[in-house]
Amino acid sequence: MRFTKDHEWVELDGDTATVGITAYAAEQLGDVVFVELPTPGAKVQAGGEMAVVESVKAASDVYAPLSGEVTAANAEVSENPQTVNDAPEASGWLVKIKIADPAQIDQLMDRAAYEAFLGTL
Amino acid sequence: MRYLPLSDTDRSEMLATIGVDSVEDLFVDVPATARLPGPVDLPRQASEAAVERTLGAWASRNRAAGAGPFFLGAGAYRHHIPASVDHLIQRSEFLTSYTPYQPEIAQGTLQVLFEFQTQVSELTGLPVANASMWDGSTACAEAVMMAARVTRRRKAVLSGGLHPHYAASAYTLAHTSGVETRKLAAAVDDEAAVIAAIDSDTACVVVQSPNIFGAVTDVSEIARAAHAAGALLIVVTTEAVSFGLLRSPGEMGADIAVAEGQSIGNGLTFGGPYVGLFACRNELVRQMPGRLCGETVDAHGRRGFVLTLSTREQHIRRDKATSNICTNSGLCALAFSIHMTLLGGAGLARLARINHARARSARDALAAIPGVEVLTPKFFNEFAIRLPKPAEVVVEALAKRDVLAGVPFSRLDPGAGLDDVLLVCATETTLPEDIEALAGALAEEIAR
Amino acid sequence: MTMQSIGRPTRAEIQPEDGAQGRVGRGLLQDEPLIFERGRFDLTGVDFDGTAEDADLSDLEGLVRAAPPALPGLSEPETLRHYVRLSQRNHAIDLALYPLGSCTMKHNPRLNEKMARLPGFADLHPLQPVSTVQGALAVMDTLAHWLKTLTGMPAVALSPKAGAHGELCGILAIRAAHEARGDARTTILTPTSAHGTNPATAAVAGYQVQEIAQTADGRVDLSDLAAKLGPHVAAIMVTNPNTCGLFERDILEIARLTHEAGAYFYADGANFNAIVGRVRPADLGIDAMHINLHKTFSTPHGGGGPGAGPVVLSADLARFAPLPWVTHGPAGFELIERAEGDAAAALGRLCAFQGQMGMYVRALTYMLSHGADGLRQVAEDAVLNANYVKARLSGVMSAPFGDGPCMHEALFDETWLEGTGVTTLDFAKAMIDEGFHPMTMYFPLVVKGAMLIEPTETEPKRELDRFCDALLDLAAAAKAGDVDRFKGAPFAAPLSRLDETAAARKPRLRWTP
Repeated sequence: MRFTKDHEWVELDGDTATVGITAYAAEQLGDVVFVELPTPGAKVQAGGEMAVVESVKAASDVYAPLSGEVTAANAEVSENPQTVNDAPEASGWLVKIKIADPAQIDQLMDRAAYEAFLGTL
Repeated sequence: MRYLPLSDTDRSEMLATIGVDSVEDLFVDVPATARLPGPVDLPRQASEAAVERTLGAWASRNRAAGAGPFFLGAGAYRHHIPASVDHLIQRSEFLTSYTPYQPEIAQGTLQVLFEFQTQVSELTGLPVANASMWDGSTACAEAVMMAARVTRRRKAVLSGGLHPHYAASAYTLAHTSGVETRKLAAAVDDEAAVIAAIDSDTACVVVQSPNIFGAVTDVSEIARAAHAAGALLIVVTTEAVSFGLLRSPGEMGADIAVAEGQSIGNGLTFGGPYVGLFACRNELVRQMPGRLCGETVDAHGRRGFVLTLSTREQHIRRDKATSNICTNSGLCALAFSIHMTLLGGAGLARLARINHARARSARDALAAIPGVEVLTPKFFNEFAIRLPKPAEVVVEALAKRDVLAGVPFSRLDPGAGLDDVLLVCATETTLPEDIEALAGALAEEIAR
Repeated sequence: MTMQSIGRPTRAEIQPEDGAQGRVGRGLLQDEPLIFERGRFDLTGVDFDGTAEDADLSDLEGLVRAAPPALPGLSEPETLRHYVRLSQRNHAIDLALYPLGSCTMKHNPRLNEKMARLPGFADLHPLQPVSTVQGALAVMDTLAHWLKTLTGMPAVALSPKAGAHGELCGILAIRAAHEARGDARTTILTPTSAHGTNPATAAVAGYQVQEIAQTADGRVDLSDLAAKLGPHVAAIMVTNPNTCGLFERDILEIARLTHEAGAYFYADGANFNAIVGRVRPADLGIDAMHINLHKTFSTPHGGGGPGAGPVVLSADLARFAPLPWVTHGPAGFELIERAEGDAAAALGRLCAFQGQMGMYVRALTYMLSHGADGLRQVAEDAVLNANYVKARLSGVMSAPFGDGPCMHEALFDETWLEGTGVTTLDFAKAMIDEGFHPMTMYFPLVVKGAMLIEPTETEPKRELDRFCDALLDLAAAAKAGDVDRFKGAPFAAPLSRLDETAAARKPRLRWTP
């Protein structure tokens, strides 16, 4: 699993990346009440706005950690936004992206680096 | 000054606590050149009695609608408002409270809003209604913007039966965001033209019923055409009492219904404050403008109400909000809701039937005058007539005889070439002798 | 992702019932069901002249609804009880101090209500012939004169329906002025501390929004402003006094830099009550500013509206003002409704009619009552009261921008609560148990756990002392570790904390049978 400074995580399986928000982000946001996801087929750019996660008092943009095409959106989190709080780095995943260039992932942090980064916040 | 409780002793003590010598020291951050040395050139404070005399003198220079025969509509309607409505909205706890941001101590306002939303939903025939907009015209403009967001398209087709002020307000809001408003030529019935104007770029079609000429139309065909092209149908109603008699916008296929709610619970007040009603289909709720009140429970499991889905709004989403609206029309919504509670659905239906009957009487009386042509075949409580003279001239002449005859169409849309068209409205407040006075005076003016 | 966590728990933890709570349904505070649960669907509380049953509906075949709307009716006595009982669940300015910063909850004089209800104003149709509404136009003209004189500005557009509508009016006038010169600008600058309506309005008007940084003392950062200004900037939107309750002491320089870049200075006038009668916005280099009549000039807030947001405009912007407006003609006042002649450049129409006449009458009544001298005293007492509260609380609560004077509102942050286990939210909710409405919380966004207190000029010293004593007592309890007094608060309100999370996850927005 790799991480961004914007608190997204990525798990790569072949050329398909599963993307979600980190446990730290889910904790900070508080109770998630709504998730707006892109429709499969949408093209996303690394660093571009990809989804929105809402709590009662805040709406946060989720950025695409990698460029590619969305192949799946997690219907479970749309139906039960609570899942993002319960299991942010597992069943609370947001989208799957078919990525153009697997080498992109090398730019992202590993868990140790991300945790060190969290320590600086 | 009777509203300012501090005495000079209080002020001195408070300055001492603060640790400054004078109030001037509290304004140190204001550039010296911008500090006024004394009061501006306006009258000094005045007693309650004196102010009452001044305002009373101005009020007496207006001819109140209820002071004689009166037939104006065109977006604002004179109805009787039960005395208890005004009494209740002057309760301190309603009148002098703020937006219910602290739900524990604002359940009164919040429950009213929940009831208001339910009433508006039921009247418009759509499942979701918000907690009010500024008025019908601004609600209409917001609906156009919402449709553009939902469909990601940039064109709105406006029926020629839409109130010209509504079309103008929609243009003002939409055009700077690159949303084009295409207003069709003013017409009593333009169903065919509306359908012909819909294309694959159309975000929405805006149709009013009863329209500016008073015409009641079945918009189902337009709904079908709009939906076939992937556009939304916005139905506008300026006379909310008509909901008591006519098929609802939702029933006829509207995706968004907006209305002016003034007719129920709110006086004419020379144009405002009024209350905009805004309802839509469930799927569109997250693109709605304005506040929404929802049901929930408190920490003891008791039912309560809160403002909800607020992430749509400016105080959270800022430049990505669905609208910039903040203050809405809460107290007018309360007046609407109280009057609607007194009426009930059954009372509203009766009121609407009486309105229709009075308007038919007026129509019959005016149609009998030589030179008058009735232009609106199917109407609720107002209709358009063609006169053999410019309507503005006739209205001015009748006003001198203390008959307020109606609204000249040219006042709303000077460029439409309909200078001889007069819009006439009758409500339950219109008495048979008023109709006689209008018919008599109009016949004489035409013959003159 | 953007991390907009502002640390507000929104889910109410279920608590056991105890004797001190659950007051609804006991004593004077009775349970009140929804009208849909108590009304009867065939009843009405209104009697009519004549019969409706014989109305001839033959013209409307196919257009009539099959059944009346499914809404219950209540008799008049039941209606009175329903709404009076509901009203008793509200806090109100007529009950106690309502210190919502940025909202200006001041006393609403009842003379204003009485005047607005005179039939010559209340029973007047917006489209009556102008010869029959000369008194109404005189009110609008006089109100315009007072607003222009108090601000030093040459023109005013009255019709905006609320503050945000006024912002839109001003920004559209600015847009029209740029366009008239063939100058296509794309961006509006606004401070991070701005009201949400500012960026929202800029976006509605088709502009991109860029934020201006703030200095450590809570003001616009001049060097950041200078760096961001340029030929693409149409306007800046700055609130003054700002949302931290401070006067922008560099305002003349802000205006100079803005004008030098060819941009306009739009001021959010929500806080005009702090300077009315003492400072004229025209003397600060402002080009356009809306005035919330429901704040500065005390038209009632009514549980969320209606407001009114007239906009004063500079000479350069005046010709773009929206229709309609009032002028003096040979036969009296005239209402200019057509975009021709002197009105050819008008930006169009913002709403159906003349704006919020009911609010004009109330605001003008308020102005005439106070006069130029009384309005000046309003600003002085508002500022004095806020500074008094700040002085009394500063020893205990932490002010983020130091010891200098504030204007009409006192801003505190959360740092003084660190380590107590009590948050701004908890502290605010505990105020309810002391009989006060909480202050504005978590706004402005630039201050962590912000608490913004605006007492207004209509509070007597005794009430300010009672308020400060209560807050100091709460503060002492928080510091002493009495967390229980805060975590479940309020205990003495009609309801305890509400579950906003559940409300948002599964929205129930209307009653269903």
